[in-house]
Amino acid sequence: MAKFFDEMFADESDSPGKVREHYREFDNWLRRQKPEVIERKRAEADLSFRRVGITFAVYGDDAGTERLIPFDTIPRIIPAHEWTALQAGLVQRVKALNMFVHDIYHEQNIIKAGIIPAEQIYRNAQYRPEMQGINVASDIYAHIAGVDIVRAGEGEFYVLEDNLRVPSGVSYMLEDRKMMMRLFPELFARNRIAPVEHYPDMLLENLRSVAPAGVADPTIVVMTPGMYNSAYFEHAFLAQQMGVELVEGKDLFVNANAVYMRTIRGPRRVDVIYRRMDDDFLDPLAFRSDSTLGVPGLLSVYRAGRVTLANAIGTGVADDKSIYPFVPDMIRFYLSEAPLLNNVPTYQCRKAEDLAYTLANLAELVVKEVHGAGGYGMLVGPASTKQQIEDFRRRLLARPDGYIAQPTLALSSCPTYVEKGIAPRHIDLRPFVLSGKTISMVPGGLTRVALQEGSLVVNSSQGGGTKDTWILEK
Amino acid sequence: MLSRTADHLFWMARYTERAENTARMLDVAVQTSMLPQSVEDAELDWRAMLGISELQSAFDAKHAVLDPKTVLEFMVSDPDNPSSIAACLTGARENARAVRGTLTTEVWETQNATWLEMQKRLAQGALENDPSEFFEWVKYRSHLSRGVTVGTMLTDEAMHFIRLGTFLERADNTARILDVKYHAAKENGIGESLSQRDFYYWAALLRSVSGFEIYRKVYRDVITPERVAELLMLRGDMPRSLLACMDQVVANLKLVRNDVSGDTERLAGKIHSELQFARIDDILAAKLHDTLTEFMERIFELGNRVSRDFLVPMAA
Repeated sequence: MAKFFDEMFADESDSPGKVREHYREFDNWLRRQKPEVIERKRAEADLSFRRVGITFAVYGDDAGTERLIPFDTIPRIIPAHEWTALQAGLVQRVKALNMFVHDIYHEQNIIKAGIIPAEQIYRNAQYRPEMQGINVASDIYAHIAGVDIVRAGEGEFYVLEDNLRVPSGVSYMLEDRKMMMRLFPELFARNRIAPVEHYPDMLLENLRSVAPAGVADPTIVVMTPGMYNSAYFEHAFLAQQMGVELVEGKDLFVNANAVYMRTIRGPRRVDVIYRRMDDDFLDPLAFRSDSTLGVPGLLSVYRAGRVTLANAIGTGVADDKSIYPFVPDMIRFYLSEAPLLNNVPTYQCRKAEDLAYTLANLAELVVKEVHGAGGYGMLVGPASTKQQIEDFRRRLLARPDGYIAQPTLALSSCPTYVEKGIAPRHIDLRPFVLSGKTISMVPGGLTRVALQEGSLVVNSSQGGGTKDTWILEK
Repeated sequence: MLSRTADHLFWMARYTERAENTARMLDVAVQTSMLPQSVEDAELDWRAMLGISELQSAFDAKHAVLDPKTVLEFMVSDPDNPSSIAACLTGARENARAVRGTLTTEVWETQNATWLEMQKRLAQGALENDPSEFFEWVKYRSHLSRGVTVGTMLTDEAMHFIRLGTFLERADNTARILDVKYHAAKENGIGESLSQRDFYYWAALLRSVSGFEIYRKVYRDVITPERVAELLMLRGDMPRSLLACMDQVVANLKLVRNDVSGDTERLAGKIHSELQFARIDDILAAKLHDTLTEFMERIFELGNRVSRDFLVPMAA
C-alpha cells in the first residue's frame, strides 16, 4: 500500500522524522515528559471516564454492556490555514446538501436538469414521500451534519461521508477537550488552541432559530430512544448542557395538532425536537408501526409546520452512499461554485461497468453498503482474507445496487499510544456543522483513531478510539 | 419538569435510602448475633430480618436452610432479590442514569461511583471478610449522596422530588426497624424490666439509626423500649423519626403542589398531625405493632398517590 501521510512527522522513512511546524511545540513538551507520568495520566483519564460514565453500548453484546471509548492523549493538531480552507469547504457542501433536500421534496429541479437520475431518488429507501411539498422552517433539513473527512495521499482532504441523519460523537469532542485540559493544563498555556466548549450554546441558538414561525420563545427538547441506546450518554449530555428536557417518546403526546410533554404540572407545548433517533421510529402511525419509541401523530403535526424536527425527516436521501458521488454536481448546480472539498472516487455497483470493475478489484477496494453506517457490513479489501472476500463477493452479487466501492485510501496517521509505546495509527475527522439562519461550527471536530495496527476502520463500534483535536490559532 | 424525570428522581432517592436502611438493619443483626444466645434465638433474629422486609417467602422459595451467611447474601448481594442492597444501589444508579442530565455532575458521579465500587467490594469478598465494614461503607455512600445532592443541586422541583423520595422511604424503613422486635418475638418487652439480652438489643437498634448518643442526650437515663419507641416515632428533632420524616414529606409535597394533589397533601397532613399530637403511652396501650403496621400501610398509600398525581399521570 502507498506510504501514509503522517500528521506529526514530515518524513517517516528516516525515523524519528522531521516534526511538522505545527507540532513542534507539542513535540518539545512531549520529549521532556517522563513515560511513567504520561502512563499515570492515561490511567487517570480512563478512571475518570469510567466514573463519569462516558460509555457507549455495543450492539450485539449483552444488553446494557457499557464500554469506554479509548482516549488517546496525543492530540491531532491542524494549523489555522488548513482549518480555514476546510471550514469554507464544509459550509459550501452543507449549504448545497440542504438545498438539494429542499429541491428533492419540492420542484426537483436537479432531476429535471438531468443531473441525478430520478430512480436514484425514488428507489432510495431513505426517500420519504410524506415530505413531498412540505415546507420546513428556514428551508433547513440537516440542522446538524457530521461530515467525515480523511486525509490521504500527500495530505489532501477528502469527504468520506456526509452524515445528515443523526450524527453522533460531539460529546466525545467536548469531553476529550475537558480531559486534556485537566491532564495537561500547561499545554494549553503554551499553545493557542481554539476553544470548542461553546458548542452546546451554538447548538441551542441554532435550534431556537429554526422554531416554527410565530413562536417567540420556543420550548426545545432532546429526544432519545432511551438509556440503552449506544449514544445515550451524548443525548443526556447535550440536553443538560443546553438546559433543556431530555424526553423519550412516551413523554410526548399529540393533541389538537400540537406536541406536548407530560410534566408534573400537566401538559406543556413543545416547539423544537432535537431527535436522536431514525425516521423509522418517530411515529408508529406513519412509519414503523411496531415502534414503541415514537410519538403517535407526530408526523401530522410536523407536516402542519407546528413543530420542528432536527434533523428533518427524509434527510437520508442526501447522505446515502449512492447519492454521495453526486454532491460535487449539487454544489455546481445550486451554488454555481466549484467544489472546495474533494470527493473520494466512487464506483456505483448498480452500474454494470462499475460492478465489473469492483468485482475484478475486490482485494484493493473498500466496499460499503449504501445504507450502512457505523462500520458494520463493509469490506476493506487489502485487510481481508481470501475467504472474507469471497463471502462478500456473494453478498455483493446478490444485491449489487446495495453497494458502492472506493479505492482504499491511504488514510493519514497520527502518533498514538499503543501497548509498545508510541506508533502511528490511522485517523479521520468529524466536524459538526450547524445549519439554521446561518451555518456555523466550532473549530475542529472529533478525531477518531483506528487503534489496531494497519486498520482503517475508526468507528467506535469497531474498536476505534478518539483524540482531542486542536486547531492552532495564528 | 417531566413526570418521568420526577419519577426517576423519586426512585433514585428511595433506593439510595432503602440500601442505607437495609445496611443499618443488617448491621444490628450482625452485632446481636455476637451476643451469647441459643441457636433458636439466633435463627429467630435472622428470620426477623427477612420478616420486616417482607422477604420470608421469597427467601424460603430459594433457600432450604436459614443461616446467617445465606440471609446476608440474600439481603446484600442477591441480584434476584429486588430489595437487596446490591439491587437497590443498582436501581438508584439506573434511575440516576436515566436522568443524569437533570442531576449535577457530582450527584451523578456519586451514584455511579457507588455502583462501581459496590461491585468491586462484593467481588473482593467484602461480605465474607467484614460485613460491618461494608454496611458502614453503604451508609457513608448514602450520606455522601444526600450531602452532594443538598450541596450542589438547585433547590427546585427536582430537589423536592428527591427529598420526597428520601423521607417517604425513611419513614417506612424506620417503622420497619422499630417493628423488628415484633417479628423476633411476641411483643413482651414493653413495661417489663429488660433482660440483659434485651438491653443489648435495644441499644443495637438505637445504634442502627444513629440514635444511641441522641438517646443518652435526650433522656439521660437507662434504655427503655418505651422511650426508644418515643424517640423513633414522636421526636421531631430526631432526624430519622417518623415525625421528622413526615415533617419533610409534608413540606416537600407542598412545594410541588399541583391541581390534583390536594387529597395527597391532606393524607400526609393527617398522618403528620396524628404523630405530632400522639402520646407514646396511648400508642403502646393500643399495641405498637398495630400502630406501626397501620402507619406503613398509609405510607404505602401516600407513595401510590404521589405516583398518580405527579409521576405517572394518566394521558392528558
